[in-house]
Amino acid sequence: MTTPLQVTARLRTPVTGADHVRGAADAPVTVVEYGDFQCQYCGAAYPNLTELLRQREGTVRLVYRYFPIANVHPYAERAAEAAEAAGVRGRFWDMHDWLYEHQDQLDPVHLSLGVEQLGLPPDEIAAEVDKQAHADRVRRDFVGGIRSGVNGTPTLFVNDVRHDGGYALPELLAAVDAAADT
Amino acid sequence: MTDSNGLIEPGRRAPDFSLPATPDGRHTGPAQYRGRPVVLAFYPADWSPVCGDQMVLYQAAKPEFDRYGAAVLGISVDSLWSHRAFAQSQGIEFPLLADFEPKGAVARAYGAYTPRGEAARALVVLDPDGTVAWSHISPPEVNPGADGILDALERLRSGREVMAG
Repeated sequence: MTTPLQVTARLRTPVTGADHVRGAADAPVTVVEYGDFQCQYCGAAYPNLTELLRQREGTVRLVYRYFPIANVHPYAERAAEAAEAAGVRGRFWDMHDWLYEHQDQLDPVHLSLGVEQLGLPPDEIAAEVDKQAHADRVRRDFVGGIRSGVNGTPTLFVNDVRHDGGYALPELLAAVDAAADT
Repeated sequence: MTDSNGLIEPGRRAPDFSLPATPDGRHTGPAQYRGRPVVLAFYPADWSPVCGDQMVLYQAAKPEFDRYGAAVLGISVDSLWSHRAFAQSQGIEFPLLADFEPKGAVARAYGAYTPRGEAARALVVLDPDGTVAWSHISPPEVNPGADGILDALERLRSGREVMAG
């Protein structure tokens, strides 16, 4: 049978304790973002997602998963692994924010400076990234995304349903409010 | 959206063809990959202006297709020269086939040609014997992702295991 048009993709890998989560743990709406730190569209969505969390505090939480598209973004994989290295030190979101606020400085030299700016150990983290200590975690996120119908970056799932709309703040607010009402 | 015949359906024998392909312009087609599942990814055009490009995504997902031993072939009516430049700029290593002359002939044979003069955004998964196992058509502006393809490849593999058992 030929699949009909417009099958809505759903998140197949549930949010767990291993995920990076920002916002109230008991929020009724969960937005899962699959992102690539070198992707300009993710960079454009970043302030909107931050503002979404602020305006809907208590209603929405954000989960970030890695989806580096290495063939077009040569620094995306290293950036993701560096974020995970920060994550195991309890500083994932600081690194995440730094990366999206410095998307033109993701080369290894500037990345290391950023790590240092955040008060994290640049040599240790560079060594972990060099030996791909966090590559499995990044890969796991990526594969889960592929199986869930991630079709580019950013891809958002709002309460497990792929958000096929845009990433401007009004659209994000509308999507979250609709999910909160159901 | 497609011609009146519609997209080729599962169970049908896949029409054979061979087209010039990246990187070197040599002709290739599904028959060359007999014994492996083949994914035919018809798409409207090279150079869609988004990070969410379907072919770029399939290159990134290549290790997942490799797990099923599947060959992925991208097909559009763009010329080989366009395909080459596109593949190089986007790091696409799997073959992109030029359905360029006669224009869209292969897309037509699969029911995946549109009145706009482009291939539809259609996915066709062939089993290792060259029979259509799954097909799917998306609106031209919607990147269908890879989940449907991987599900089809998974079903093919478990189906074969059942038959072998």
